[in-house]
Amino acid sequence: MLDEFLNQFLPSTVGGLVVGSIYALVALGYTMVYGVLRLINFAHSEIFMIGTFTSLVVITAIAPASPLTGFALFGVMLLLILLSAAISGGAAMLLEVVAYRPLRKKGATRLTALISAIGASLFLQELFALVVIPWLTGKAGRNQQSSPRLVDRDTVFTIGNAAVRTDHIIVVVAAVVMMVALDRLVNRTRIGRGIRATAQDPEAAVLMGVSIDNIVRVTFLLGGAMAGVAGALYLMEFENTVYNVGFVLGIKAFTAAVLGGIGNLRGALVGGVVLGLIENWGAIFLGSEWKDVIAFTVLVVVLMFRPTGILGESLQKARA
Amino acid sequence: MSGARLGRVLALAAASSLVLAACAGGGGGGDAGGDVTSVKIGFMGDLTGEAAAIVIPPRNGAVMAVKEYNDKNPKVKIELVQYDSQGKPDQATSLVTKAIGQDKIIGLIGPAFSGESKAVGGLLEENKIPSVSPSATNPGLAENGWTYWHRVVANDSDQGPGIAEFLVKAKSPKKAFVISDDQEYSVGLADAVAKSFKDAGVTVETDKFAKGASDYSSTVTKVASANPDVIVYGGYYAEAGRLLKQLRDGGVKATFASGDGSLDQQVITGAGAAAAENAVFGCPCNIPSPDVTGTLKTFFDNYKKANNVDPAIYATEGYDAATAFIKAVEAGNTTGEKINEYLKTINFEGVSKPIKFKANGEPENNAIFVYQVKGGVLKLLGPAEEAKLEG
Repeated sequence: MLDEFLNQFLPSTVGGLVVGSIYALVALGYTMVYGVLRLINFAHSEIFMIGTFTSLVVITAIAPASPLTGFALFGVMLLLILLSAAISGGAAMLLEVVAYRPLRKKGATRLTALISAIGASLFLQELFALVVIPWLTGKAGRNQQSSPRLVDRDTVFTIGNAAVRTDHIIVVVAAVVMMVALDRLVNRTRIGRGIRATAQDPEAAVLMGVSIDNIVRVTFLLGGAMAGVAGALYLMEFENTVYNVGFVLGIKAFTAAVLGGIGNLRGALVGGVVLGLIENWGAIFLGSEWKDVIAFTVLVVVLMFRPTGILGESLQKARA
Repeated sequence: MSGARLGRVLALAAASSLVLAACAGGGGGGDAGGDVTSVKIGFMGDLTGEAAAIVIPPRNGAVMAVKEYNDKNPKVKIELVQYDSQGKPDQATSLVTKAIGQDKIIGLIGPAFSGESKAVGGLLEENKIPSVSPSATNPGLAENGWTYWHRVVANDSDQGPGIAEFLVKAKSPKKAFVISDDQEYSVGLADAVAKSFKDAGVTVETDKFAKGASDYSSTVTKVASANPDVIVYGGYYAEAGRLLKQLRDGGVKATFASGDGSLDQQVITGAGAAAAENAVFGCPCNIPSPDVTGTLKTFFDNYKKANNVDPAIYATEGYDAATAFIKAVEAGNTTGEKINEYLKTINFEGVSKPIKFKANGEPENNAIFVYQVKGGVLKLLGPAEEAKLEG
């Protein structure tokens, strides 16, 4: 048992960090929207799905004959990330306008918005399965779609018996860069101050001249863009996507957001990585079918002792 | 909740259609004997639903067989009536009621899936309508004591041992790693494979993952650390493709094998042609690839001409199931009861395999067929006893 653990610990850690980074990027969208609107945006998993399909279309259009390296790889990855972020961000803004803003204007309860979120999630899944995916790929909409290989699985270096590959490094580095950028944006810029002000006290923020509509729009744009980046990285890493790809991953990312402290940007990072690592470490002992059980047990235990998550709900705390 | 209500509505609809059918059928009771010039055989399965891809090919096979027969201008023509159950047991039940009462079928090809077969078996038995399923593989179906029920494929409990024994013979492995997701079919197949490996003296390690998971890094880590000679996966093609890709990316080179749930070209698109190369699949189904010879080749060409696609899963079985009924009608049987008696003694060389039924309706020949990915295409290697792996 101990032998097995030592043998599998380092490779599992690498795997956990990779998938944890993707959880963390998606978790940012849940956490930002929750921070500002106190709304759990269940359709966020579909924004992630849209990101994966944007990347699928781009990679298929570029159709590299062999995996790329060097500057070509950097350029294509950047293009992939930017386009996916733009399309997903745009989709998230549109979602807000269609599914949430009318309810907000009429002063509907949060429960109503939640139902609208679930409806939007199902609507987007079916829209893609029935219309968009057949139109984009010419194949049956419920089938899994595969992309050509963009990045070679070369081992860059090894730590003990764990091979760290190019694709692993791209996912983790890109995720960290995006999260640092977002953190700076929220904590250092005028628009970021608006987001934080709205999160703390929407009414006071309005009195201080913050346009709530603008802030909400930007929040959805940023959260959606992060999900788009996650989608691009996911597709590069796993090279497959399907209309309901966001379902399980969305639940995991939402869990990561709660684990880290919902409403807290850095919490999303911590939650995502912790969740990815715990899942993979737990799988060593009990088998991979216990991953979800382990992850949710940890969530419950953490929430028992720290109801606000590991880092707490800081987007609302006064830190202007 | 709403499912239960829907079920009740359907049951009501079924009951009322039964009543109507009984009224309508009052005058036509005498058509069992005498000069019958045409009879109706049903085909039932998921023709438009989620799993239609594995029911359309047997449907096409059955249509082909019936057309070939009718083109010979026989004394008694056969009309094939298609029933789209969408694979749902409740829908199948109401359709069977309609098929018996209104359409007066004298035999049924199908139902395609095990769930719906289980739901309608009793109804067919009561009304003395023989059925031959081309694709229902649940072992329990043969244990209901039904005498009108038959199938032309080996069942799931033949498949696991078939795959394991084939791999033991072909690769003489010392260690095997058996993986599955957490669905009933997957776990059942994986357990059967693991048991057969153990019986053959092969060390077995196992892992499972949740359905719908996309990151298998922990499974890959376990397999890499165990360093097995063969890997068998129980489950469906979407997961099989992703798993195979991640295993190969993780540096695992052992032979990869799986069962009928993964036997689909999509496993190759999912994994990538390079990663999928040489992967082995076992299936109770006989799917001819373009390089087959003999009667299979004739079938392949005719099927392709009629449908513009290569024959896919259960196409030959659909053809054979229809042929069983055709032979019965040819022999002058035009009632369900008589056809059923004929089926008990039927013995002919089908396209997929020799067709002969045991008393419980199971096929006498329960061959598992072996396939291997060659150059990005699934290639039929033949029945497991004769098949030879290529590399």
